[in-house]
Amino acid sequence: MPDAGIVERMTRYNESLTKAGVLLGLDGLHPLSMGARVSFSGGKPKVTDGPFAEAKEVIGGYWMIQVKSKEDAIEWARRAPMPDGDIIEIRQVQEMSDFPPDVQKAAGR
Amino acid sequence: MSETHRAIDAVWRIESARLIAGLARMVRDVGLAEDLAQDALVAALQQWPESGVPDNPGAWLMAAARHRAIDLLRKRTLHQRKEGQISQEIEARLQTALPDLDAAIDDPIGDDLLRLMFTACHPVLSTAARTALTLRLLGGLTTGEIARAFLVSESTIAQRIVRAKRTLAEARVPFEVPRGGELAARLSSVLEVIYLVFNEGYSATAGDDWLRPALCEDALRLGRILAELAPHEPEVHGLVALLEIQASRAGARVGPSGEPILLLDQDRARWDHLLIRRGLAALERAEQGGGLGPYGLQAAIAACHARARTAEETDWTRITALYDGLAQLAPSPIVELNRAVAYAMAFGPAAGLEIVDLVKSEPSLKAYHLLPAVRGDLLAKLGRFEEARAEFERAASLTRNARERDLLRNRGITCAQASTPP
Repeated sequence: MPDAGIVERMTRYNESLTKAGVLLGLDGLHPLSMGARVSFSGGKPKVTDGPFAEAKEVIGGYWMIQVKSKEDAIEWARRAPMPDGDIIEIRQVQEMSDFPPDVQKAAGR
Repeated sequence: MSETHRAIDAVWRIESARLIAGLARMVRDVGLAEDLAQDALVAALQQWPESGVPDNPGAWLMAAARHRAIDLLRKRTLHQRKEGQISQEIEARLQTALPDLDAAIDDPIGDDLLRLMFTACHPVLSTAARTALTLRLLGGLTTGEIARAFLVSESTIAQRIVRAKRTLAEARVPFEVPRGGELAARLSSVLEVIYLVFNEGYSATAGDDWLRPALCEDALRLGRILAELAPHEPEVHGLVALLEIQASRAGARVGPSGEPILLLDQDRARWDHLLIRRGLAALERAEQGGGLGPYGLQAAIAACHARARTAEETDWTRITALYDGLAQLAPSPIVELNRAVAYAMAFGPAAGLEIVDLVKSEPSLKAYHLLPAVRGDLLAKLGRFEEARAEFERAASLTRNARERDLLRNRGITCAQASTPP
């Protein structure tokens, strides 16, 4: 569990995202040990319950922000009050218009 | 463009509005504040490629702008007081006249930003000027970006902004949030600008420059910022709700080959449910503030569609009631036409036709193709095919969209066939 100081700094950071009108949503995630893994191999899903000793990187949460460019997203990420050693990965959400017409048709109903 | 330059652009988009707002409070002149902020940007462009982006770029920009402000004020004082008379006392006053640096950029309640919004949308300016100035001062857009988004030349926008700043200075518009009776009117001016920016983006088509549809996001961002700054104004939440829900349909309103898809024909799985959820939450906040205003009512109508899992599940009776409210608060022939469609869906074509016929001879709808299109549709449903045919033909002659024209002509032909018994 994160300590109160981190939570306070994080809350202020999240507020700054809200005040700038860029935050669409966010969530913190429970540790992987409380979840499960479903892996796919040989055409069959295999379920493994936690804990997972081999996990080096776990996803602890996410922000969904709406900004104009990758650089804007990087600039916001730079400002996050992360503990030492943490990583923020920046990914763009795919949109239907990113795909060619045949893929769009396949997605339709 | 180098990596640092792109980073500076990003910092500018994040910081410029607060920077200009803080400076405007210090120097009491929005135009001068923007010039000072631009000077700071130029300094950043010169220094950051060498030194790297500072840890707190907002504070850096504010410090640079503040130095420039002190220089300028000193020069002005010199000019006014004749050479050599500037004393340490004046110098000290200049320093203290500029409030604490941290306070200026912190602006925790966002009062400066709100003042800036009201100033940029001041009624002394034309709507076009308000829009350009708002996007420039609060949206962080460059003159070139605004020009491309609005399909006008860069010099037109540049002139518009220069004139707007001059008008604000000449009219001595105070840098403040209006109070009392003035607030409602001034707020609706701000909301109107945000709504216009959104619609400009929403009306963009597939082939357009991406900066046009991006206006929707600019408007949404401004609306969300305003909702944080003025959380007790129900209409602000109403507008944000309306924009979030409309934006949620962006991915569903155009088909694979660019053809427009009408609301009831859209694949609802393609609606953005995160935006819908945000829209419904904003609508709830608007409803908590008392009776809904015109934006809130439009949002409530949009929400009826958003809540329906299929077009058939739409609560048309509720929509008619909301349109009745809208027709009272903000009467217009277009609202009446939409109200007629809702009545037809809820209570049958005859009920809709009754309302359409009330606005049939409205001069402002004379060239509006949707009037005869709606009337033709209702007449056809009532089996009055000959009258319906005439309306569809009229509608086809009025529309400028080729695809729509074909569709309306075909409906006219179908009606003609139905009206002559074999």
